[in-house]
Amino acid sequence: MTEALRASALAPPLHAPSRNMLERTGRRAATAAQQGLAFVAFVGQTAVAGAQLLRRPRAMHWRVVLREIELGGFDALPIVGVTAFLLGVVVAYQGADQLRHYGANIFVVELVGYAMLREFAPLITAIIIAGRSGSAYAAQIGTMVVGEEIDALRTLGIDPLQRLVWPKLLALVIALPLLTVFADIAGVFGGMVMARSQLGIGFTEFIDRFGNVMQGSALLIGVGKALVFAVIIALVGCFQGLRTAGGADSVGRQTTAAVVQSIFLVIVADALFSVAFSALKL
Amino acid sequence: MAADNAAVIEMQGISTRFGTNNVHENLNLSVQRGEILGLAGGSGAGKSVLLREMILLQQPTAGTVRLFGQDVEGLAPEALLALRRRWGVMFQRGGLFSSLTVRENVGLPLREHSPLGDALIDEIAEWKLAQTGLPPEAGLKLPGELSGGMLKRAALARAIALDPELLFLDEPTSGLDPANAAGVDALILETQAASGATVVIVSHDVDLLWRVCGRVAVLGEGRVLALGTMAELAQNPHPIVAAYFMPRPAEAGQAEKT
Repeated sequence: MTEALRASALAPPLHAPSRNMLERTGRRAATAAQQGLAFVAFVGQTAVAGAQLLRRPRAMHWRVVLREIELGGFDALPIVGVTAFLLGVVVAYQGADQLRHYGANIFVVELVGYAMLREFAPLITAIIIAGRSGSAYAAQIGTMVVGEEIDALRTLGIDPLQRLVWPKLLALVIALPLLTVFADIAGVFGGMVMARSQLGIGFTEFIDRFGNVMQGSALLIGVGKALVFAVIIALVGCFQGLRTAGGADSVGRQTTAAVVQSIFLVIVADALFSVAFSALKL
Repeated sequence: MAADNAAVIEMQGISTRFGTNNVHENLNLSVQRGEILGLAGGSGAGKSVLLREMILLQQPTAGTVRLFGQDVEGLAPEALLALRRRWGVMFQRGGLFSSLTVRENVGLPLREHSPLGDALIDEIAEWKLAQTGLPPEAGLKLPGELSGGMLKRAALARAIALDPELLFLDEPTSGLDPANAAGVDALILETQAASGATVVIVSHDVDLLWRVCGRVAVLGEGRVLALGTMAELAQNPHPIVAAYFMPRPAEAGQAEKT
């Protein structure tokens, strides 16, 4: 026992010397600021690469775009569908109780319809895709950085932003709005199922009212948000992947950062949308 | 003027700083046409950074880089692309694209930069693979399925796909057993003899430096400590240079990332 204690006292510390709180806060803030600036620079470079692609559309690899749509969009249909369906069930269930008190059962249609189309479907789809595709982008690009594949691309005169980032960005900008529409359908269906079992509103009655009261703008607002969310997820995922430096452990760190930051930014953007829409009375 | 033309790479007054860390300070180095130059030096001496500056993956903090007599500073993207086609790079970890087969990897530079058709490109790629001593069936494998020695050979095959005038090899023998390393040494010599290319090798494999390199530049303290043939360097009294010629049985065969 004492032997072990002495040995541990002699062994060099395995952790870095601790810094005081002020220094840690300062370092974190400086890192965050530096990362923020780097992200702005990355967005700018990606825009320039996009302009170059517009001038030479032949350089765009459309097969890669289609493949990314399949991986990030089509393959995500089941998970997005089930999640949105359950979310529709939950929204209708929570609403049903309140609406019944006022005898306003039929308003569950508006509740589920607007909540899903404007808010929940785009948001939940974006969060799922941030976890699925955002992490995949960061991991794939990060692994390529570690394996010197990105360097190899550059020495071959191939711009990684054109060859890797743009196909992902374009694919997600196409896939996420489509997934959101699918989530709208699944979510409203979930609400319909709940409305029938809890409030006695039949499917036909629900759909009739849905067609009468819902405005097309609700769908468009949701899909419009999804477009913005797609840009955020793809850019943050690729950005974090390209920031990988060092070994395999860095890939894991960047992947985590990609998911956390893209979900955070998606929610921030969603809040900004709410503020903007209320100012515009949309 | 004639002497200037003979230099394929001229690095003048190169300084590189990462934060407060000075990697290079006023470093000068020129590589002559047709020679095999070794870049040696301890870990952290800035060998790989210097190589990255030569292949335009990184910009020095100060100094001029002249490649094939052209100052790369301020060159238009098209001119840079034209320059890039004139060299091939073999990366330390191969840098082969893991999603493509070995043959597709070797053919990629041709697909990007030549108007040749797919069938012809495949044929050239197979020929390049044969040239580097790989069996034909290796071309259909993914890079992840190759052994370390085969991976190095495949990476070399891709580097020479465009018959470059200039070849950069980053640690071509790291992680290889002595027999395989000797095979790669011989391959580099053969390739150079066949093409007459200028070759720059970053390595601290002393066997390779002896066997392959005409001249060796030892980096340290932010500059080129010594430049000459291995026989000349063996007489150099500088401790960092001399360390290369000391018997180090315990460390023999140890390869580390710089």
